Amino acid sequence: MLLRHTPKEEVKREALTINPAKTCQPIGAMYASLGIHGCLPHSHGSQGCCAYHRSTLTRHYKEPIMAATSSFTEGSSVFGGQANLLQAINTIFTVYNPDIIAVHTTCLSETIGDDVNQIAQKAYDDGKVPEGKYVIHTNTPSYIGSHVTGFSNMTASMAKQLSEHTGRDIDQLNIIPGWVEPADMVEIKRLSAEMGVKIVMFPDTSGVLDAPQTGKHEMYPDGGTTIPELKSTGDSIYTIALGKFASEQAAQAIDSKCKVKYDMLDLPIGISATDRFIEALAKRGGVYVPESITKERGQLIDIVTDMHQYLYNKRVAIFGDPDQLIALTEFLIDLNMRPVYVVSGTPGKYFESRIMEIAGNKVPEIKVKNGSCADAFLLHQWIKNEPVDLLIGNTYGKYIARDEDIPFVRMGFPIVDRIGHSYFPTVGYKGGMRILEKILGVLMDKQDKDAKEEKFELVM
Amino acid sequence: MSKKLKDASTIKEEILKQYPPKVARKRSNAIVVNDPAIDQEILSNVRTIPGIITQRGCSYAGCKGVVLGPTRDIINITHGPIGCGFYSWLTRRNQTKPETEDSENYMPYCFSTDMQDDNIVFGGEKKLKAAIREAYDLFHPKGIAIFSTCPVGLIGDDVHAVARDMKEELGDCNVFGFSCEGYKGVSQSAGHHIANNQIFKHVVGRDNTVKEGKFKINLLGEYNIGGDGFVIDELFAKCGITVISTFSGNSTLGAFERSHTADLNLVMCHRSINYMAEMMETKYGIPWMKINFIGAKETAKSLRKIAQYFEDKELIETVEKVIAEEIQAVEETIKEIRPRTENKLAMIFVGGSRAHHYQGLFSELGMKTVSAGYEFGHRDDYEGRKVIPDIKVDADSRNIEELDVEKDPELYKERKSAADLKKLSDKGFEIADYIGMMPDMEKDTLVIDDISQYETEKLIEYYKPDVFCAGIKEKYAVQKMGIPLKQLHSYDYGGPYAGFKGAVNFYKDIDMMVNTSIWGLIKAPWEKEKQPEISANFVSGAV
Repeated sequence: MLLRHTPKEEVKREALTINPAKTCQPIGAMYASLGIHGCLPHSHGSQGCCAYHRSTLTRHYKEPIMAATSSFTEGSSVFGGQANLLQAINTIFTVYNPDIIAVHTTCLSETIGDDVNQIAQKAYDDGKVPEGKYVIHTNTPSYIGSHVTGFSNMTASMAKQLSEHTGRDIDQLNIIPGWVEPADMVEIKRLSAEMGVKIVMFPDTSGVLDAPQTGKHEMYPDGGTTIPELKSTGDSIYTIALGKFASEQAAQAIDSKCKVKYDMLDLPIGISATDRFIEALAKRGGVYVPESITKERGQLIDIVTDMHQYLYNKRVAIFGDPDQLIALTEFLIDLNMRPVYVVSGTPGKYFESRIMEIAGNKVPEIKVKNGSCADAFLLHQWIKNEPVDLLIGNTYGKYIARDEDIPFVRMGFPIVDRIGHSYFPTVGYKGGMRILEKILGVLMDKQDKDAKEEKFELVM
Repeated sequence: MSKKLKDASTIKEEILKQYPPKVARKRSNAIVVNDPAIDQEILSNVRTIPGIITQRGCSYAGCKGVVLGPTRDIINITHGPIGCGFYSWLTRRNQTKPETEDSENYMPYCFSTDMQDDNIVFGGEKKLKAAIREAYDLFHPKGIAIFSTCPVGLIGDDVHAVARDMKEELGDCNVFGFSCEGYKGVSQSAGHHIANNQIFKHVVGRDNTVKEGKFKINLLGEYNIGGDGFVIDELFAKCGITVISTFSGNSTLGAFERSHTADLNLVMCHRSINYMAEMMETKYGIPWMKINFIGAKETAKSLRKIAQYFEDKELIETVEKVIAEEIQAVEETIKEIRPRTENKLAMIFVGGSRAHHYQGLFSELGMKTVSAGYEFGHRDDYEGRKVIPDIKVDADSRNIEELDVEKDPELYKERKSAADLKKLSDKGFEIADYIGMMPDMEKDTLVIDDISQYETEKLIEYYKPDVFCAGIKEKYAVQKMGIPLKQLHSYDYGGPYAGFKGAVNFYKDIDMMVNTSIWGLIKAPWEKEKQPEISANFVSGAV
C-alpha cells in the first residue's frame, strides 16, 4: 500500500494538512497571465516559487511555460525587492521583449510589504517600460486562499488595469471562463460562435498552452486575449462570469470600473449548468439557440439514457477546485449518481452552501468539506469508512485509487500523468460527453477486470 | 562525419550582444570557451540577474526536495503556506523500497502547516507545534523534520527552538529543523549545505551499532532517482561491499544514525554532499573519495578504485569478475547502437554533477558534448577543488552556516594513514578531491553557468545539437525547436541510468530519442521547401 499509514479512524486535525487539495496563489496568477497574448508572467519573490510554478504547469500541459522571477536574495528580503523588480522589468523588455509583463507577488514579497503597484508605477516613470508596452500586477499572498484565489486576483487585475470605458458600446459579451483548460476555452468560443454571439474572453490560454509542434519555439504563441481586446471589455454590453471562485472578482471589477453588468453562473460542466450558460448567451446576446446546439445536447442526453444502468446510484468521491466541484456535483446528480464526498482545499463559505443547495435533498448522506485541513488524507479516511464506486480528482488521486481499488477519473489540476485535458474539453455538452465516456470507461473496465469468467460480458 | 561547428568565441560574443551592458559583463564571466590545458576561471554560484529566465530553484528545494526528500521514515513537515509542500510532493522520482509491507514510508505523503495570514501576523510557532503533535499522534514516526519556507524566517519563527521543545515533549521521536528559507543563497545549493549541516548535527553518530561487513562504505550524493541507487546497491552486493548508508536515496533515519561506522565515503554528487563527506572525515576519520557510477567506463573505474582503496586481493578479483560479467551487455548494446549515434552532438545543462557525469555516457555512444554547464554548481565543480582556497565568499554564501567540526574524542578512528591516502591521491584517486568538469571537456567547448532561456535558444540555433539535456522547464521549449530534450533530473520517467545496467538503458533511450522518426514529420508535406510543381506555378502566377 502506498498510503499505508492512513488510518481509518478520523481524528480532528487543526494544524497539520496532509496531502493537500489545493496549492498556493501565485501559480494561479501565472496560469491566468499566460492567457494574455504576448505576456511574460513575472514572479516577484524567490527563484524557487517561479521554478515550482513553471515545473508544475509544464508537467500538466507538456508545453513551454515561460516566466521570469525577481530572484530575491537574503539582502532583498531585508531591504525590499524594489531594485530587483525594476531590474527585472528592464531585463525582460530588453532580452525577452514581451508586449506586457504581468507581475504577481509571493508570500515573501507580501510578508516584507513590497508595494508592487508603486514599483510598477516607478518603472513607468523611470522609462523602463517601452512605449506601447504594459506592466500589470496583482497581489497573491500564498497564505490566503489557494491557487484559485491567485487566478481570480490576476484575472481581476486584468480587468482593473486594462479595461476601458470609452462610451462607445461594442456589440459583444465578455466571458470570464474561470480556471479551465485551453480546450474548454476553445469550446466556449466555439459554442458562442455557433450561437452567433460575439464575445471577448479573458484570460484565454488556448493557442498558448496547446501550441502545435512547428519546429520553432514561439516565446509568445498566437493565442491569448490581446491587449486591445482586454481594453474593449469595458465597452461590452454584458459580462458572463463562469465559476464564482475564479471569475466573480473580475466581473465585479469591470462592473464597478466600466458599469458593465454581469451574470454569475456555475462553470458550464454537465447538462444543467451548460443549459444555463446557453440560455444566458442567448439572453444577453439577443439570439435564439440554434438547432445545432440542441442537437449536441440531445446527443449527451442520449448517451445517458443508453448507459443509465451503469451510473445509477453509484457512489462518487470528488476532490479539487470549488468551481469544478460545484458543477460536477450537479452533473453527477443529473446522471443519478451520488456524489457522497466533496473535498476542496480552497476556503470560502459559498462552496458548502452551493453544494448543499444542489445536493442537499437528493444526496442527503453527502459530506462536504473545504478550507483548512480539507485534504485528500481526510477524503481517503472517509472512503476507508464507507467506500465509493468512483473517484474523480487530480493525479494525486491515483494513490488512493490504487490502494482502495477504485475506478478513477482524472479531472482538475494538476494532471501530470495523462494527456488529453489540453485538447478535449470538459465544458459544454461535448465536454459532458467526454466526462461520461471517461466515467463509463473506468467503471466498465473494472467490471471487465473483476468479472468471473462465466459473468464476463461481450456487449455492455 | 562530424558537423562543422561555428567558433565558440564568436558564439559567445553573439550571445552577449543582446544583453544590457551590465548584464553582458556579468554573463561574460559565466561563459567560458574551454581549454583544458590551462586554468580558467568561471563565474558561478552567484546571483541570477532578476528578470532572466533561469533554471534555478531555491534553497528549500535543495534541502527538502533534494537531500531530505528521499528518506522514507522521516515525516517532513513544510512550515509555511501550502505551495512549497505541494510542489515538492513526489515530484523528484526518488524511489524507495521499504523492508516490508508494513515498514514506514511517508514519501507518498505531503505534510504542511498551511500557514494562514494570522500565522504570518501573530507567528506560526504555535501552529507548528500543534502540527508536530498531530503528526506524532497519527503516525508515531521515529523522526520529524521541519522545513522553513520564506515567510518563516521573515516573521522570526524559531523552528529550532520548536524542534528542541517537541523532541523533549515527545520523548521517542527525533525532531529537527532546517532554516532553508527560499531566499537563502542563490540557488538550491544553499539548501544542500543546510541539509548536510542539520543531518550531521542531529542524526549522524547516534547509533554505534556496527553492521557486519568487511568493506563498509557510505554512498553520498546518490538520490535513487529512477532507481539508480538500486542498481548501484546490486553492484555493491555482487562485489561484497557493504553499504552502511546512502545519502539519501532509499534511505532511513537509522542508516544515517549508523553512517559513522563506515570506513569509506564515496561521493557521487559532489555539489550536494561534499560538506557531509568533509565533516565526517574531520569528526570520525572516514576518508572520502569521488566516484561516478554514470557511464560504464566510469562505473568500472569507480569499482576498481574502491577495491584498491581497501587493498584486498579477493575484493580486487571479485570486482574484475563483476565488471567482466556486466560489461558484456554494455558492449553488445554499444555495438548495435553506436553506428546510429556516432558523431552526434549533445548539450547538458543540469544540476551540480550530472552535467559532468553524463558526458561519459555520451562519449561511449560516440557523441560529443559541445556545451555544458551547471544549474547551481560552484567553481570547484567546474575547475576542481584546488580552487577552493581562492573562492571569494560573498554575502550570499556567508549567510550559510559553516559548522565548526572537531575530532570526536571517542568515535574518531583513523582508517588509513595520511601517507597511504597520499599514495592513492598520487595515483589520481581523487581522495578528498574532485577535479571538476572543465578539465574533462574538450578544447573550444562552451561552458556556461546558470544558462538562461535566451542563451539556450541561441545555443540551439548555432549548434543544432542532436540532443539537449536539461529539466522539465526547458523540455518543451527545446522540443518545439525540433530538438529532443532528455530530462536529466527525472530521466523522462525512465531509467535507471546508473551502473552498467543503467548505461544500457541510457544508450537505448538516447538511440530512441535521436532516431525517432517524428522529428522528420514536423513539416507538413505542403510546407516543405520543394513544393509540387503545380503549386510553384500557381505561386509565380499569383505574384
